[in-house]
Amino acid sequence: MGDDYRFIGKATQRRDAVEIVTGTALYLDDLRFQNLLHGKVLRSPHAHALIKKIDKSKAEALPGVKAVLTWQDIPDWKGGTPRKLRVLDKKVRYVGDAVALVAASTEEIAREALDLIEVEYQVLPAVLDMDSALKHGAPLIYDEFPGNIIPGGTIAFGPNCLKGVVMGDVEKGFAEADVIAEGTFGYENIPNALPPEPVGAVAMWEEPNKVTLWSTSQAPYMDKGTLFHVFNRQVEIRCIGNHVGGSFGTKIMCWQVQAYAVLLSRATGKPVKVMFTKEEHMAAFTLRIGSRIHARVGMKKDGTLTAIHGTWYVDSGYYSFTTQAQVAVGSGELMIMAQCPNWDLKNIIVATNRNASGSTRGFGGQELKCSFIPILSLAMEKAALDPFEVLKKNYVKPGGGYFWRDGNWYQYRGIDYSAAMDKGAEQFGWKEKWKGWLTPTAVNGTKRLGIGVGVHGNADVGEDSAEAYVQLDCNGTATIFLCAAEHGTGQKSNYAKLVAEVLQIPLDRISMTPADSLITPFEFGPVGSRGTYAIGSAVINAAEDVKRRLFEFVAPKLGAEPQDLETVDGVVFVKGYPEKSLKWRALGYDRTLLGHGRFEPDFTVCNCMMSFVEVEVDTETGKVTLLRVVLATDVGQIIDPQGLEGQLNGALGSAGIDSAIFEETILNHSTGHILNANLMDYKWRTFTELPAMEHVVLETPMPTHRFHAVGVGEVATSPGPSAVLMAVSNAVGSWLHEYPVTPDRVLRAIGKVGYSARGGKK
Amino acid sequence: MTANKSDRVTRETAATRHVGFTVNGQYHEFRVGSGGIEISPTHTLSWTLREVLGLMGTKVSCDSGACGSCTVIMDGKAVLSCKVLTIECDGKTITTIEGLRDPKTGALDPIQQSFIDHTAFQCGYCTPGMIMTAKAFLNENPQPTEEEIKDALSGNFCRCISHYQVIRAVMSVVEKEGEHGR
Ligand code: FES
Ligand code: FES
Repeated sequence: MGDDYRFIGKATQRRDAVEIVTGTALYLDDLRFQNLLHGKVLRSPHAHALIKKIDKSKAEALPGVKAVLTWQDIPDWKGGTPRKLRVLDKKVRYVGDAVALVAASTEEIAREALDLIEVEYQVLPAVLDMDSALKHGAPLIYDEFPGNIIPGGTIAFGPNCLKGVVMGDVEKGFAEADVIAEGTFGYENIPNALPPEPVGAVAMWEEPNKVTLWSTSQAPYMDKGTLFHVFNRQVEIRCIGNHVGGSFGTKIMCWQVQAYAVLLSRATGKPVKVMFTKEEHMAAFTLRIGSRIHARVGMKKDGTLTAIHGTWYVDSGYYSFTTQAQVAVGSGELMIMAQCPNWDLKNIIVATNRNASGSTRGFGGQELKCSFIPILSLAMEKAALDPFEVLKKNYVKPGGGYFWRDGNWYQYRGIDYSAAMDKGAEQFGWKEKWKGWLTPTAVNGTKRLGIGVGVHGNADVGEDSAEAYVQLDCNGTATIFLCAAEHGTGQKSNYAKLVAEVLQIPLDRISMTPADSLITPFEFGPVGSRGTYAIGSAVINAAEDVKRRLFEFVAPKLGAEPQDLETVDGVVFVKGYPEKSLKWRALGYDRTLLGHGRFEPDFTVCNCMMSFVEVEVDTETGKVTLLRVVLATDVGQIIDPQGLEGQLNGALGSAGIDSAIFEETILNHSTGHILNANLMDYKWRTFTELPAMEHVVLETPMPTHRFHAVGVGEVATSPGPSAVLMAVSNAVGSWLHEYPVTPDRVLRAIGKVGYSARGGKK
Repeated sequence: MTANKSDRVTRETAATRHVGFTVNGQYHEFRVGSGGIEISPTHTLSWTLREVLGLMGTKVSCDSGACGSCTVIMDGKAVLSCKVLTIECDGKTITTIEGLRDPKTGALDPIQQSFIDHTAFQCGYCTPGMIMTAKAFLNENPQPTEEEIKDALSGNFCRCISHYQVIRAVMSVVEKEGEHGR
């Protein structure tokens, strides 16, 4: 197992632990500002409409109102991929779309002013799902996107951004197959990752073109880049991060709420806070993409894949910013779990008149796999193969490869995850429990047990650049300059552990700058499980760089060569001669040393998570109970055992496993209203319904950085939902095609109720 | 008879003009009204705690009684401060997360310490509400079973899924208390 380190792998207290348990950790809404105004958004009641007229005079006349902005009052600031979406437009495209912005001295007055704005709409026919959006002659959401199809590719991933997977010869592949399965499955329930803290921003504008932003963002430095383009490259932006009340991938981009705050501050000359209510958070902040795939899979009798052919339909809502990126990453992630020589996997990104999709934990791969693994399962069922064996066999191995987001082919140089999978299967008792396809593990009266397995992994662990500085002071302390906002993973504490290990100083001698783009170098943001390898490498490199500078400075004074030196607890000594030593104090009170660390993207290493689930299905009521979850992974080297445990337990919430059991955003398909945009009606797991949760974590050194670790936080959720669908189908003896497996769907699958139970869409 | 009636009216009006309550050992009195420094009849306790008293530890997530993140202890019971109007708090004794430390020594409450020891949080946004709910519950039932703890916390939303670590943190306080008792 892992090396014996002084800090790494040890249970240490989170740096912010005392603040969190005493209520002094500061999240956005806890910050105080002088002369702060409050911003509110007037939202559209229609899914699709033109704004014919807005009369804001009454709102403006209300005492305390400082600004009312409509599409006519703002610069031509736009977001989206491609950049077509105005921050406020004369057209509204979903129920909840922003129509006007108000800044007032109190929240109450701002809210009251919204009611005084008179808007005349010309209501347009709406397309509320992919089928109606793609119909010939369907109403167009944008004139620029004929057929409501949004062009693929994002410039963020370069000119050859992966737009699908085409390689080999699928016809030849199907000819070589022993079994061919074909089907359509969807993951279209739009489960909401739903961090507890709503999204918001505070902006302080400074004439003529500067703005400082505090927000709920998990990626302050990236915001600077995103907003720079949104604001037509004319505004100088400083972004400051703080504690973030959960994100689960969603708060990597908060550009709309940030733009509202900036516009209102620019109009009033005062700092303005726009904080979404929970209802706005759930109905007007980005959602998960909708995913449906129709595909054909060819497989040999031994589980070898011979061909994958299909079309992936992606519902992006009324626009996209990251959808093309999710399609690129999701497609690559499918290649990682389904090594196959022949591919023709296309995709279509569809615009619909529902709220926009955005980044969410699982980032394309979870959505694609939840739809694809069931089709793969149909092939396994035909060949009477054990899914655990087939998933293990087809997961990328050293020497294998995949296309990644930039369109390039990468040869995988990581470890073989089979050992972790085997350990997981053993812990779960997979071999003993597996009784064959569509066969329950056990039947006790009306209760049937079923098991399922899923797998996921990504090469985003090494995505995007990261930079950090580490500064040494003569008093034996170090400061990390890093643009990281703590959003719950505990990574900020882990970075201190990495530096403490490199410099061999106690954790309490390490400080960290706030996440402030004016102070720190570039950092992309903690997404894609990249915190450990990508950001970790930048931090390690900075610590090593400053250590090298320290040794270069001290070496002549000790009459030694820099490479012969070592440092422990603020003392530098010659290796093997501890008496030949100097304290860091030798730097002098008037000198600090600064090390610079950078990480260049590396897509040749992947992580891996396999989920085993056992469910109980009540055939009388249709209720599905999750009994047990075993997660199996290999992290190379545990950095913080308790933090890791928390991240893995997160597999249930944040739109993970539970998105297959009861979580869904319910959209009224005739009006476009979301019917459960609140924490009462949106279902979430409580303390009384916890399944047994077990983790199998191996530590096989990885070819990453000097501590050989790889991150797995993001991927904990992703393999779960398809495993649940498999388990429930096995328990009831017939395939379920939709998520979540609500009682009506279960009863329908076993023929106890007819098709109209749910109303609306089939 | 008439005099009595008007007497009562006057007293009631007077009683609604001021509202006074104790937060973390300190008594506060406010005038009820809609002026800048007054407590409006529409203000929730969570609003008053945060915006008037500056006690930011009480977190508001749903603002509608569904998630437990705004839980404080009022007269010994856990209440959702986003569902209590400030004007209803006259004469009450309230403890928020900021008031859990020992007032003399500044030492953390055993529950707070146990949450730290078990890293019973990830993003920490639900944590003050979790701790206050658990605290009120343990005051009433110092030796609960694990199932009883789960029941007590079942109204607290935690999206990071810190539940398992929270249960361990609370159970460990129960076990330690048990040892002291013996
Ligand atoms: S904020 Fe009070 S219960 Fe959710
Ligand atoms: S720790 Fe994040 S919601 Fe509970």
